[in-house]
Formats: sequence, structure tokens, C-alpha cells
Amino acid sequence: MTELAQRLGFANRSRRVGTGVSIPVVIILVAAAIFLLVGSLVSPIFAQQTVAGLAQGAIFASLALALVLIYRATEVVNFAQGEMAMATTYFAYQLTLWHLSYWAAFFLALLMGFLLGVVVQVVLIRPVQHSVIAVVIVTVGLFVLIDGLVTWKWGADLKFMPAPFGNQVYHVGSVAFSRQDLGTLVVTIVSVVLLWVLFRFTKLGLAMRAAALRPASAALVGVRVNRMLAIGWGLAAVLGAVAGLMTEPTVFLQPTMMQAVLLYAFAAAVLGGLESPAGAVVGGLALGVFLNLIGQYVGFATSELRLPIAFFVLLVVLLVKPHGLFGRKQVRRV
Amino acid sequence: MTALLELENVTARYGPVEALHGVSLTVAEGEIVTVLGANGAGKTTTLRAVSNTVRRDGVVRFDGRVLGRAGPESVAGRGIAHVPEGRGTFAELTVWENLRLGAYSRSGSIKGDFERVLSYFPWIEDRRNQQAGTLSGGEQQMLALARAFMQRPRLLLLDEPSLGLAPVLVTEIFRIIRELNEQEGLTVLVVEQNAHIALQVAQTAYVLEVGRVVLSGPSSELQQHESVRRSYLGY
Repeated sequence: MTELAQRLGFANRSRRVGTGVSIPVVIILVAAAIFLLVGSLVSPIFAQQTVAGLAQGAIFASLALALVLIYRATEVVNFAQGEMAMATTYFAYQLTLWHLSYWAAFFLALLMGFLLGVVVQVVLIRPVQHSVIAVVIVTVGLFVLIDGLVTWKWGADLKFMPAPFGNQVYHVGSVAFSRQDLGTLVVTIVSVVLLWVLFRFTKLGLAMRAAALRPASAALVGVRVNRMLAIGWGLAAVLGAVAGLMTEPTVFLQPTMMQAVLLYAFAAAVLGGLESPAGAVVGGLALGVFLNLIGQYVGFATSELRLPIAFFVLLVVLLVKPHGLFGRKQVRRV
Repeated sequence: MTALLELENVTARYGPVEALHGVSLTVAEGEIVTVLGANGAGKTTTLRAVSNTVRRDGVVRFDGRVLGRAGPESVAGRGIAHVPEGRGTFAELTVWENLRLGAYSRSGSIKGDFERVLSYFPWIEDRRNQQAGTLSGGEQQMLALARAFMQRPRLLLLDEPSLGLAPVLVTEIFRIIRELNEQEGLTVLVVEQNAHIALQVAQTAYVLEVGRVVLSGPSSELQQHESVRRSYLGY
């Protein structure tokens, strides 16, 4: 019966199974990479803007990846992801006030982020996870709650943390790269790669993927699904914390610091296909570079237009490819 | 033979609807037992009552010990592999990852088990990096058996392995089930609509009708039984 249904083309519920990319998308991405490379070799300003865009995009990418991790497990966008990141950044700030070094505060904040993610999942999300709309409302409520608590504790005025990378500039030929941009790139890329290794090559990572994709089947082979989901929220919050801490040097600490970043990250995640971690990373980097180059070379595109432009791009991509760059509809056999 | 699995007066419900009205059955160690019945008779629910994926009452005893309220994860840890309706394939993951997950609940090296799996399913070797969702129905059923085997269970619960498969594949699947039973000493509780093949392979059979056991006994006897022949074997 099911095989017949399949042959007739209406197999029950189709679900994106593929993680692969279609060939046109690969061609576009390769063309874009070549364009960036050639442009960078020809023009020093282009090169600088590209690297700055990559650094900016790497932040979008890590927050977008956090959104995707949770979306895959919970089928909900965590609207509080940015605010959780902001709160952990304030926590790091508090630690530096207590005379901890920047990097000690950085790693303790990541740990704090993990705990925050786990607690949020266990206390707030788990009781309502049977209903998607309830989870959405809880994350919106959490957004407001964290925003309020942080403002109450630290105030709404700008705060400053020690600069993690210093203000030096490196010169390669006539191109100047800021240490800040390069440091941001390295930190975010290292955290994304570590996370990828965890998911791809460890037993824990495999169990987490199984729990997110097929909770019922995962439980039957002995995976503790609830525990895995909690760890997943924890890891997403760690990525968010990285994004928050790397955003701080450019916009400084304020309760609203992650709100625009969350919107960009959301655009990047949808751009990549909401269920694809690789798509989120590529989407984030692409968006960062694109916005920076537009800002540099398109006269009317001032900073006020950055967000509208990002969402215009998003809209165009969704019209052409509704499942994002890396999403692929594939029929699942039953 | 000692009883590996015993159900005593087990009831199970989905919300307000009771699906099992007091089922008792016994699976002896080393045996293949089949539960036959029409759609809605409670076959799937019987398996779910064992793996604790449905609300149940009554006593389920495994290896002499009562299985309590602990969830399906713990049941898997006790050595019961449940291949559910729809085979429980992790369609998005690779064949190898599916097998790896099968061995999740136990520690130790899995290399030897993987080689044993290959001796039953040699085709898996070449397809280990293929996405499980892209396998054919028959291959997915074999993968489900292989995954369960990787768990090194003492008891295998199989939910309608013949579902949606061509007759030649059904024969093949049951041949492998019998092999696993004879060569690995695996105890199997299989629910089936295909009474014909199930009665050939199983030693003991139970017939369920609307949540109750209406008939049970050695398969050879049930094969001769008038109402079984008429209702389930069709001659």
C-alpha cells in the first residue's frame, strides 16, 4: 500500500532528508568565491571589506547555527536566542569587573551559556514542547524577561569590556586587516568546527542528531531523548554566547546589542535553509560579506538600509528557492 | 525452557481508549513467537506495552524481573530491541550511523558485531555511507534487523516486518529472522498480518482479536485450526 502510494507520487509526509546541495547552488557559491578572491587581489579596499564582512558574517553564522540546532530539534525558532547571548555577555562583563582576565571570563561565560540553555530547555521548554505555538510564545516571553532582568541589573546605558584582540592592524601588501576582524573570524570558526566535530564524529553527537530527528526511534535504541534535547539547547546557547562576546567589541554592551544580530542571523538561517547547519554558516558568511560590499560600493545603501537590504535578499532567495540554498525536499520511503 | 518474557493480564490505553483488555502471553528463551491478528487487534500495542511506549497496566516480566515504569530508553538498556511500526529508520542518517545507534545502549567494541552484521547483510558494506532514507523498503527492513542486532538484544520485538514488501522479500526477511534465531540464539516476538509465513517460522503463536488473546498454541496446531485457516490463512 505504501509502496503503491509512493509510486503514484504521494508518499505520506515528505521531509527534507538531504544534506547535499544542488549543482546550481554550488556553481553560484564557487562563482561568488572566485569573484571575492579576484576582487580582493585587485583592490585593497575590496579585500579589507571582504574580510570585515566575513568577520561580521561569522557572527551571524554562529547565531544562525544556534537557531538551526534548536529548529531541527524543536521545530521552533528560538526568539530569545539573541537575548540569551546578550545575558551571557553581561555575565562575562561582570566577571571582568571582578578582575578576571578577558579570556577567563570568555570561557566561563560559555559555560554559563551552556547552563542557561539547559535550564531554559528543562524548566521552560520541556513542559510545553508538545505545542509549537506554546514554545514560540515561551521564547518570546523569555526574550522580554531576559531583556528586563539585564536592564534591571546592569542598566540600559553602554558598558565596555576590555578589547579581546587589541586594536592592531596587520598590513599585507597594501591591504590592512584589523586584528579584531581576524580574531572574530578565528574564534567563531573554531567554535563552529568544534561543534561540527562533536556532532559528526562522537557518539554523543550522533545521539543528539538522532534525538532531534527521530525522537521515538531514538528512545527505542536507548537514547535519553530529553537529556539530548537539553544538551542541544545548551550547545546552541554556547554558540550564541560566542556570537554575543564577538559582537561586543563593535557595538559595546547594551541590552539591545543582539537584536539586530538576531534578525540577520534569522535571515542567514532561512537563506541557508532552516534545517541545514552548513547552510546557516554559508548563509551567515555570505550575508556579512554581501552587506559590507554593498555598503562600500553602492552609494545610497547607508547603514540604515542594511537590515532592509538583508531582508530583500532573503525575500528574493525564498521566491527562487523556497527551501533555502542548502535545503532540499526529498521524499522519504516508508 | 524458561520464560524470557511474560505478560500477565496487560492492559494498555491511548488516551481514553483501551486497546488491550488483559493480554497474557509467554515467550520462552530461544523461541520465535508470533502474534497474529487483523488491523486494530492490538498487535502493535502488545509490543509497545513491552517497550513501554504506551500507557499500560498489568505485569510485564523480562528475565524474571518486572519491567517497571521506566521509559523505553531503559527497556532498551535491559536487552530488548524493538523494531517499531515504520521500522524506526533514522532516514536522515547514514546506514552506518543507523547501525551505530543500534549499539548505543551498550558499551564496548562494535567492530565484531558489524562484521557479523555483514555476514548476514553483505550489501551493507558498499552502502554504509548512503543515507538510510534512500534505501528501498526491503533494504530498510534489513537495516532495521541489522540495527537491532547491533544492540545485542536478548529479545527482539518485530512489528510487521512484511509490511509493504514484495513476497520474495518477505520470504527473505523471515529466513534471516530464523537464522538469527538459530545461529545467534536470539529470542523473537514478531507480530504479523501475514499469518502464512509467520506460522511457518514461529514455534508458538497467539491470535489477538480486539485486544484479547482468543487462541494460542504451537504454530503447527494453529496452522490446522479451522478458524485460523479461514480467517488468517484464507483456505
